[in-house]
Amino acid sequence: MSFANLSVSILALAAMSATGAFAQSRDNVQIAGSSTVLPYATIVAEAFGENFDFPTPVVESGGSSTGLRRFCEGVGENTIDIANSSRSIRPNEIEACAANGVTDIIEVRFGYDGIVFASDINGPNFAFTPSDWYLALASQLLVDGAMIDNPNTSWAQVNADLPDQAIAAFIPGTRHGTREVFEESVILQGCEDSGAHGAMIAMGMDEDAAEHACLEIRADGLSVDIDGDYTETLARINADANGIGVFGLSFYENNTDRLQVATINGVEPNVDTISTGDYPVSRPLYFYIKAAHLGVIPGLQEYASFFVSDDIAGDWGPLAAYGLVADPELASVQMIVADGILMGQ
Amino acid sequence: MSDVTQKAPKRSLFAPDARTQKRNRAEKRFQYYGMAAVGVGIFALIVLLTSILGSGLSSFRQTYISFPVDLLAERIDPEGNRNPAEMAAVTTFGYMPLLAMSFQAHLEAEGIEHEMGARELAAMLSDDAPAQIRDRVLANPDLVGTTIDVQILVGGRIDGFFKGRVTMASAERDRNVSPAQLVLAQVLADRGDVVTRFNWDFITAPDASGQRPEAAGLGVAIIGSFYMMLVVLALAPPIGVAASIYLEEFAAKNRFTDLIEVNISNLAAVPSIVFGILGLAVFINFMEFNQSSPLVGGLVLTLMTLPTIIITTRASLRAVPPSIRQAALGLGASRMQSVFHHVLPLAMPGILTGTIIGLAQALGETAPLLLIGMVAFVREYPDLMSTHSNSFPLMGDGATALPVQVYSWTQRADPAFVERASGAIIVLLVFLVVMNAIAILLRRRFERRW
Repeated sequence: MSFANLSVSILALAAMSATGAFAQSRDNVQIAGSSTVLPYATIVAEAFGENFDFPTPVVESGGSSTGLRRFCEGVGENTIDIANSSRSIRPNEIEACAANGVTDIIEVRFGYDGIVFASDINGPNFAFTPSDWYLALASQLLVDGAMIDNPNTSWAQVNADLPDQAIAAFIPGTRHGTREVFEESVILQGCEDSGAHGAMIAMGMDEDAAEHACLEIRADGLSVDIDGDYTETLARINADANGIGVFGLSFYENNTDRLQVATINGVEPNVDTISTGDYPVSRPLYFYIKAAHLGVIPGLQEYASFFVSDDIAGDWGPLAAYGLVADPELASVQMIVADGILMGQ
Repeated sequence: MSDVTQKAPKRSLFAPDARTQKRNRAEKRFQYYGMAAVGVGIFALIVLLTSILGSGLSSFRQTYISFPVDLLAERIDPEGNRNPAEMAAVTTFGYMPLLAMSFQAHLEAEGIEHEMGARELAAMLSDDAPAQIRDRVLANPDLVGTTIDVQILVGGRIDGFFKGRVTMASAERDRNVSPAQLVLAQVLADRGDVVTRFNWDFITAPDASGQRPEAAGLGVAIIGSFYMMLVVLALAPPIGVAASIYLEEFAAKNRFTDLIEVNISNLAAVPSIVFGILGLAVFINFMEFNQSSPLVGGLVLTLMTLPTIIITTRASLRAVPPSIRQAALGLGASRMQSVFHHVLPLAMPGILTGTIIGLAQALGETAPLLLIGMVAFVREYPDLMSTHSNSFPLMGDGATALPVQVYSWTQRADPAFVERASGAIIVLLVFLVVMNAIAILLRRRFERRW
């Protein structure tokens, strides 16, 4: 039974290695986190592997929260070195990190990502304001001093200037970091702009309750949470010509032959309008470096410096070509990475 | 005799009566239902295969462009020492303009009309091309200053044009390609400078980032899947067969073995992601094996496959008639001899079939690999014996797997990855068909009936 012999020896080796000492260190950088940051991180990893003697970093996806949770699992070679995130790290995550010994974190903001509203290329053109989205998607609206279920079923009912097209919105599910930005800069903003927020407070609601009422999304099927990726949103729009989906700018730019983008407050989303801040719905993208791993994991410092270098993250780099809005303060970010300046210092 | 009137039967015996007719009709109906059921299955299979083959076969072909490249010394070896260490300071970003300039010069020299700038011309070439040229130059510094003929990949959109995915109409609206680029590509194709040919790189090359769908391949995924299958093959059959032989032939039938049996059947139905959670806790957090390594993947898939193998092995052991055992024991064989000399060889075809079906199931599994870090972007080919692993060196390098690659590619923004994902499914299906065919062959060849 040579099979049996082989497997017995493998088992024995496995048992030995479980108790043995590990002298050598892992030689590749291990990264996990946001699926929004993933395409950028893979572009950098690929170019890094081509141009340096270090192996190409391994990049996993899984979402910002998952990435940060794994990042905070502890220090050591079986934990990840970098967490990608489409939002900044939360105080409770910093605490969780500290509890596991991850006290030294370098926060690197490498650019901005625009969030765009796009619909089928053959449909009508849309020019939205945040209050249109609030009035279209809110679960309950304030009418004549009372909260009633949202009666709007077409965009023309929301705003007479919009086309008479049935509301069918595909928005990111709560698992996505994008949802947070969508709620903050679109729904809540719209709630305030339309005066609903002020009216609710005037009615005697407290601040929290009013905000909660603003962010309550209708559940009657006209707004669908997409928990998958943008490819799923695109497939839904292909199937339903009335659909309007929420996408990242880079995804839209890769599919301009099938999607048309809507303006917000009259501003069309593109790299320029997002970098100047004229286009209101954008968010910074980050990655977090475990400082304790610098100098231990070969290539970690070089990867981070390479990521924020002008060649890569600058206005003419491959990330901008893919749809990233370069950080206007890239020079100071480069200093943070070069000097290893920790968060909170 | 003549007065014996022959009373003719009311009906011919050959004509069925009403009840028989009813029963016959019911049988006919059932046959139609059965045929309809099979038809639905075949229809679904045909739809699946046509959609996958239709969108995936083109990934095995790729479009290349040939032109001479001037390797200008002042650009790629500014120091002039032909020292690869110094030349490595020029990154791939330094090589792209070189390619663009050579491409432009080639068009000019051949008198091909176009109205595009160097940047737009460069956008027709794959981002992977500079890396190829750079590797070639660094491997052979004598090339600096010479002109070499190269055949490099064109960009994903231009490739899509030759495969019918991109049209002039869609290019009008597409920001990543212009109709002028397509016109030029067609002119070059008519001249024979641009060719679409079979693409081995799809099988052998590693994954590529979202900017280079044309360069993405399955190499790392195939090696990762292969390593994992090695681990499963080395561990699952011996453990599974040993457990089944003991349970079936030696163990006493009592509450305890009943409990074990119930648990094994239960494990076979547990969602596979549960094994991933277990693998993360045991193999990565406790035993400190490397994340993303095929070793951990293989161990997790072994756990997942074990119940299948134990159940099929026990069934095939049970199918060996007791008379075989009794004859062996009667002739003085020990119980172990009767099992290993007589029962096991007769049960072998069933065991092998179960093992191969278990392996095929493991080959197509993604969910448990999600948690152990194998759903990742990996470009380095994993070595069998990792030279730089911090833990167990065998299969310690990171890798992905075939179904994982399908999953990753379906999430990429560039539509060219849809074709890639379908191509990967075709490769996976080929492996599965081969494995299942071997299983059927073994059963046909060695199966015995009593």
